[in-house]
Order: sequence, then structure tokens, then C-alpha cells
Amino acid sequence: MAESTVHDIPSVYEPSLFGTYSKKIGMWLFLLSDSLTFGALLYAYSYGRISTANWPTPFHSESIVNATIMTAFLLTSSLTMVLAVRASVHRDSKAQTLWLLATMLCGIGFIVLHGREWSKLIAEGLTLSMFPAVPGQEAASEFASVSKGVPQFASTFFTLTGMHMLHVTLGVIYLGVVALRRKFIPILLVLWLVAWLATPAYSPFHYGAHILLIAAIVCAIILWLKPKVYDSSDVEVAGLYWHFVDLVWMFIFPLVYLMSAKIL
Amino acid sequence: MEPDQIAIAERVAEEHRHHKKAQFFWVWGALLLMTAIEVYLTYQNLEPIKMLTILMGLSLIKAALIIGFFMHLRYEVSRMKWLTMCSVVACLILMTIFFFPDAHRVVTLGVK
Repeated sequence: MAESTVHDIPSVYEPSLFGTYSKKIGMWLFLLSDSLTFGALLYAYSYGRISTANWPTPFHSESIVNATIMTAFLLTSSLTMVLAVRASVHRDSKAQTLWLLATMLCGIGFIVLHGREWSKLIAEGLTLSMFPAVPGQEAASEFASVSKGVPQFASTFFTLTGMHMLHVTLGVIYLGVVALRRKFIPILLVLWLVAWLATPAYSPFHYGAHILLIAAIVCAIILWLKPKVYDSSDVEVAGLYWHFVDLVWMFIFPLVYLMSAKIL
Repeated sequence: MEPDQIAIAERVAEEHRHHKKAQFFWVWGALLLMTAIEVYLTYQNLEPIKMLTILMGLSLIKAALIIGFFMHLRYEVSRMKWLTMCSVVACLILMTIFFFPDAHRVVTLGVK
């Protein structure tokens, strides 16, 4: 009786404390907690650097150029994302999907360049004990001494950049679900197969590719249990996550790459 | 979504419709320009402390542009702006206070 009385009142809802809808506030709270995760990793990297007298500066011009292109990809993806949000509020669904796909392409470009760089560094000897040994790798290669002499460098580098790469990958999947809904699941499965079969067994990406399979299963369950057409609020919330990933890179790029450059 | 949430989302969308497209291109251009300056400075072989100060200054400006314009925080109500930014900055300050003196202490003690 009391319950039905409450529901009969036309305006039982309190006005939003933050002047916006709950999904957006939820995403902001998640991003605040995630910023502390990245903050801790960046501080750990900086701590290691300050407390280690012979901290290596191993990134040559080639790595700096590669990281700069990766940064340009992420910045451009933020522009295309904000244009997707704009298209969604103007109810232009075609433009919204196209801008979301453009954002995903930039994100994939970032992941491919980053993966290529990781593979190159691992092949040159900068590795972790948990990574499988690369066949034919020379023990006297440039980075082998870095891995042995200052193991904190490889640990903090791979943890920090790996965590960021994972966030970008999940961001691309998130945008794919918002843009294409159920049509994205087979695409995700194809991407998983390509990533798994195209990488050699000693590459960390050979096993890391299974994240795509797990994501495909999770997304399929979500889309099957709660099918819906994503509106402008969903696109905006997805955009917040994507911009955050871009924001974090604005600190990783100078701290990790530019401050460890060896320019001859 | 609940009816009140739909109404709020529609009001937020209406606010977004008034944002000029050109401002997003200006912000994107500024971010690219600052990135180019950072890379240029790397090739100038500046002393590390000076380099770190400039790079972190530019990174903070870039972060403010992304949060303000791309994440639309500058258009939110002031309660939202202050609470989100103050909480995260307070946590980062606490991390700084605890981490960095200890990092210097390790060097001073000569731990290899």
C-alpha cells in the first residue's frame, strides 16, 4: 500500500546533485579511481628513476618518432570521438557511426604501433622474466644489459605501457559495441584469431590476444541479455572513457619516452 | 532509463548542440602543437630538471584542455567540477608527499 502510494506521486525524484545523469556521474567516479591507478604507476616509475643512479635512457630517435606518431593517433582519435558525440546529440546516426569507426581505427593504429615497438624492444633484449625467451636473441644486445643492470626499468616500463595498452584495447571494444552492437561480435572474433595466429608463440601478444576472446564472450552475453539502441548519453559516456585514455598518455609520453631519449 | 534521467540526458544533449565544431579543431591543433614542442625540446638535449619542468607544465596544459573541452567539464555545474578535480588532485598530492622524499632517501643512504 505504502509502495503504491509512493509510485503514484508524480515527482518523487530528487534533482541531480551534479546536474547531470547517473551514467555520466558513474563514469566520472570510475575515471577518478582509474586516475589513481595510473597515478600510482607513474609515481612508481618516477620513484624508480629518482632512486636509481644509472637509470637507462635507451630510446633512440626511431622510438621517439614512433611514440610521436602514436601520440598523434590518440589526439586525432579524441577529435573524432568528440565529433561522434556531436553527431549523436544532433541525432545523425550515420555520422555518429562513421566518427566512432574513425576513432576505433586511430585506436587500432595506436595499438599496432605500440605492439610493434614492444616486439622490437623484446627482440633487442629489453624483457621481463615472465616473457618467453626469443629464439636467436643475442645476450650481448644493447637492452640485455639494461634488463640485467636496472631491472626496475623493464618492470615499470612494461607495466605502465601495458596497462595503458590494455585500456586502449578495451576502449576500442567499448566503442565497437556502441557503434555496431551485435555486428561487432564476429568482427571481434576475427580480430582475436588474426592477433593470435599472426603472432609467434614467444610473443606476449600471442597470449594477450585472448583478451579479445574474453571480451567477445562478455560483450555477447551483455548484448544478448540487454539489447538496446545506444543513444547520445551512451556515446558521451563512452567518449569520457576514451578521452581519459588519451589524457593518461599525455603524461606517459613525456615521462617515459621523452625523458629517456638518447639523441645523438 | 528512468524518466528523470531521460529528461536530464535530453537537457545535456541540448547544451551540447550549442558547442561550436571549430573549437574542437582549435583544441586539437593546440594539443598537436604542444606535442611538437615537446619533441623539439627533446632534440635540444636540455638539462633533465629543466626539461622535466617544461614537459610536465605542457602536459598539465594538455590535460586541462582535454578535460575542459573534450570531456566537457567546463560546461558542468561548479559542484561537479570542484568535487572531481579537488578529490583527484588531493590524492595525487598525498602520493607526492609520501613517494618522493623516500626516493631521495634511498639515494642518500647509498642503497645499490
